[in-house]
Amino acid sequence: MNVPITQRALLMGLIVLGLSGCVTVKEYQKNRINDAEMELSARKSEKFEQNFYLYREGAAGANGGKSGGGCGCN
Amino acid sequence: MRKICISVGVLLSLLRAGYGQSVTQPAYESRKLKVEEINIVSSYYQQDGNNSAVTGGIGSEHLTDFAQSIDLVLKTTNRRNREHTLAFDLNIDHYTSASSDQIDPLTVSSASRSDTHIYPSVSWTVHNPDRRTTHGIAVSYSTEYDYKSYGLNLNFAKASADNNREISLKAGAFFDTWKVILPAELRPEGYGSGAHGDRDPVDYKPRNSYNVGLSISQVINKRLQAFLTIEPAFQQGLLSTPFHRIYFQDGAETVERLPGNRLKLPIGFRLHYFMGDRVIVRAFYRYYIDDWGMQAHTINLETPIKLTSFVSVSPFYRFSHQTAVRYFAAYGQHRSTDQYYTSDYDISGFNSQFIGTGLRLAPPGGLLGIGPWQSIELRYGHYVRSTGMVANSITLLAKLK
Repeated sequence: MNVPITQRALLMGLIVLGLSGCVTVKEYQKNRINDAEMELSARKSEKFEQNFYLYREGAAGANGGKSGGGCGCN
Repeated sequence: MRKICISVGVLLSLLRAGYGQSVTQPAYESRKLKVEEINIVSSYYQQDGNNSAVTGGIGSEHLTDFAQSIDLVLKTTNRRNREHTLAFDLNIDHYTSASSDQIDPLTVSSASRSDTHIYPSVSWTVHNPDRRTTHGIAVSYSTEYDYKSYGLNLNFAKASADNNREISLKAGAFFDTWKVILPAELRPEGYGSGAHGDRDPVDYKPRNSYNVGLSISQVINKRLQAFLTIEPAFQQGLLSTPFHRIYFQDGAETVERLPGNRLKLPIGFRLHYFMGDRVIVRAFYRYYIDDWGMQAHTINLETPIKLTSFVSVSPFYRFSHQTAVRYFAAYGQHRSTDQYYTSDYDISGFNSQFIGTGLRLAPPGGLLGIGPWQSIELRYGHYVRSTGMVANSITLLAKLK
């Protein structure tokens, strides 16, 4: 399972860029961060869409859905 | 001077006495278990295509699925100021599948021409605000006509002192059992159909899945936050689907055969940005690789736009590209000398696109004046795959608080 060097570099770059630009945000400054639509997970209404991705596409996981169980074979 | 000394001494002793009396009560409040949230999700999904794996890569993929889910979240705070959350989730979907009707077309004993899939789960999490930790356990069960699954998940998370970063770990295991239903013409002598009332025996095979996940979420500034997750997974057991047919170049027929192990490595990255006062950008990218030879890239972009404080629309677009597993070939293309073979187009190479929109209403006094009915969301999406398969999905979510 060799991940191409360009993809590894892109991912590491994103992480470094993201973390290096962080500032301390106080609780009272989080009105936008705490907005319901900003939640850092898939939306509840995507629940069944994620199921059909799981069944209809080979790539699964890393998106909040389950990573096993259920056959999804039809 | 003596008066001053006496005065200071009296003041100090008063101060000391004052401190002595100010032993505060612990800052906790034990609260009863109460309903925090109820989510009801209904969904209808329909697809069409012409690459059914049941018939060896040709034939109708027509499928309809009506799914219903209800989750109930209960919370309480105990005497040690720890927040306990209990979540119950019940999912039921009823599907009809044209291809499954071809498992046994002669006797109309098809195992899952139409079937009901039920999968409940229960989770319990404990949040300790003093240590900024959260840990939990979840158990799940899933049953279909020919498949049963038991799942166990553990998770742990720790937030930073300023609550701007959280690192979480999770581990899960699913212990599944297949009822090995074979296509009618490929059953050995005395082997059953798997249909109700058929007393001839059928095999049962295990399929177990194990996964671990490491995630980090980070608030980058007042408008931007990110999430990175790595979720390796390992599967073992019967990973092929026993009633998927294979047709070789010489016209011979058998059932799908795939390795008994599969190692997957998905890496996901989310970036959510609140732009101005009305627009939110939700971006997601996933890279996936496994030891069957598949690689995939998935990009999802959704932009909720707040038309008013209570109404938002959320157009979305998802693009996914995957390469085929090395065991895939189309109908009649496999060689009988191959060790493994599949004609399942779900693990073939293709591009897929999913486009649609959501509409969310969340009036302050509750929907239709019903206070606890906090919001409703309607979501529609159209899916196209470069193999020719198309699908439509519509989902309705009602949230009560």
